[in-house]
Amino acid sequence: MKIATRVSFGEEIAALGATDNDIVVLDADLSKSTQSQIFAKRFPDRFFEMGIQEQNMIGAAAGMALMGRKPFICSFSTFVTGRFDTIRMSVAYSAANVTIVGTHCGVGIGEDGYSQMALEDVALMRTLPNMHIIQPADDREARAAVRYLAANPNPSFLRLTRQAVEDVHDDSYEFRFGKADVLLEGKDAVLFCSGPVVANTLHAAEQLRAEGHDVRVVNIHTIKPLDAEYIVRAAKETGRVVTVEDHNIIGGLGAAVAEVLSEAAPTLMKRIGVRDEYGESGSPEALYTRHRLDTAGIYEQVREFLIA
Amino acid sequence: MPHSPKDPRTLQLLAHEMRADIIRMLHEAGSGHPGGSLSAIDLLTVLFYNHLERTADNALAKDRHRFILSKGHGVPAVYALFAKLGIIEPAELMTLRKLGSRLQGHPYNVMLPEVEASTGSLGQGLSIAQGMAMAAKIEHTDIRVYALLGDGEFQEGQIWESLLSAPKFGLDNLTVILDFNKGQIDGPTSEVMNIEPVVDKVQSFNWEVQRIDGHDIAAIDKALTNTHARNGKPHFIVADTMKGKGVSFMEHPNEWHGKTPNAEETARALAEIDILIHQAASVLS
Ligand SMILES: Cc1ncc(C[n+]2csc(CCOP(=O)(O)OP(=O)(O)O)c2C)c(N)n1
Repeated sequence: MKIATRVSFGEEIAALGATDNDIVVLDADLSKSTQSQIFAKRFPDRFFEMGIQEQNMIGAAAGMALMGRKPFICSFSTFVTGRFDTIRMSVAYSAANVTIVGTHCGVGIGEDGYSQMALEDVALMRTLPNMHIIQPADDREARAAVRYLAANPNPSFLRLTRQAVEDVHDDSYEFRFGKADVLLEGKDAVLFCSGPVVANTLHAAEQLRAEGHDVRVVNIHTIKPLDAEYIVRAAKETGRVVTVEDHNIIGGLGAAVAEVLSEAAPTLMKRIGVRDEYGESGSPEALYTRHRLDTAGIYEQVREFLIA
Repeated sequence: MPHSPKDPRTLQLLAHEMRADIIRMLHEAGSGHPGGSLSAIDLLTVLFYNHLERTADNALAKDRHRFILSKGHGVPAVYALFAKLGIIEPAELMTLRKLGSRLQGHPYNVMLPEVEASTGSLGQGLSIAQGMAMAAKIEHTDIRVYALLGDGEFQEGQIWESLLSAPKFGLDNLTVILDFNKGQIDGPTSEVMNIEPVVDKVQSFNWEVQRIDGHDIAAIDKALTNTHARNGKPHFIVADTMKGKGVSFMEHPNEWHGKTPNAEETARALAEIDILIHQAASVLS
């Protein structure tokens, strides 16, 4: 099945609302896009339409959290994480149990172009000491992440897609917060990936394996806290590390992995992602090709890295 | 060459022709924002022709009047004007939102400097316009600066910071035009987050406020002429408009905010606009 992780979120939070009365949802005039509208219709008393006021929404959510509620605040990721100092003080530093639900991450949003694309959101949120960051790869993982966030109070950031993403897990999947999720074992190199690019990374890996490159694929759904222990072990076992993300290579998953390895197990790395550029308008497919995040682009970059 | 203002009837015809351009380019793009482009096109037509006095020659002139599209998603209206004024080729309109095009989904001034600033994250354009007006004051130029805001956008806190500070600096060279089309995405503005009574609010912040029918070309022209006056206060025009104006089935507070017409809807929309064009042309002749 192919569904957007924002839809998985919208359905799951609305389902949770039936049993958990502490959950409140806030949105800033994007409830149709973020899919918070499902919760809004079912629980109008616990949904708050804040208008186009992301900053006020963040602060008000912090206040509600400090009163014991569990706010989920929804907008395009760039608009909400862009109000950085408000998140930094009112949510993170105040240890307010607010979940920031940022949808429309990455160049995968397509035609709207850079102003609506979050390409720096992980970088921003990662610098906040107590912030948890989860980026699910598919429907099952997104639902599990929402359940986890509702049950575990902490300042958190959930990064979701506009576009539909392929399933990479089956019903046996168990989400383990903070743990690397090994999708394919292999010993020649490890490919760490997260969110909307996980399926393409798997497809690229299949081609590489067919050519004799025994690559490992590991989904990093929890970007903070990062599973440093696994990352170091995998780097030592394979000797080559690749990261793949729909985000600027500065400050995102690639940077997080590099920070860990440079101190514990320096390893030659290839960071695949948006290479310190602004995004632009174009179809999602054209943009994935242009930024080499499609299967062919990932395959070629990994292959060049392995034979170099 | 001295500037000769266009009469309201000519401007109405031009605006209707650009309504057709907006529909055509959005259909071709397959995504984008018809509602807020159609509500703004009458305002922007009068502004660009008679008050920015915009031409292909002065579009980047140092002493040009400036215009910031703070509600960046309405940019098809601006691109249509650029094509009409010869700033870009009309054929380029069909590249809207395609990979490599200068006509980005939201204004990007690095690729297309004529848009003046990059916008699309709502709430930021007024501060930029304010700064341009402050710079124009330092340099003692006659440059006027205009910004078009959406009524949903008007909910953003940064707008209110600028509303508070522009009068302090006596920015009578600054004009806000509020495209008060009563709609945003999640519903009518009055329900999502009411901004009324907007005239009282802005007046109390010490702005010179006018309220007009934003589809009455002569009224727009008169209100914009009033913004040439320099009496120490910044200017604010509340323009009552209709989202989707000119295409009957798009005239709705949020239905056609970010949805583009399919082939059949495009044909129907263009047929309706064609009637408007003929009416406007017959009044002229
Ligand atoms: C900071 C920010 N938040 C949210 C959005 C998403 N968004 C795009 S248009 C829009 C509604 C705008 O309503 P309004 O300003 O009234 O514009 P109009 O109705 O004239 O199109 C929203 C919420 C955005 N572009 N920027």
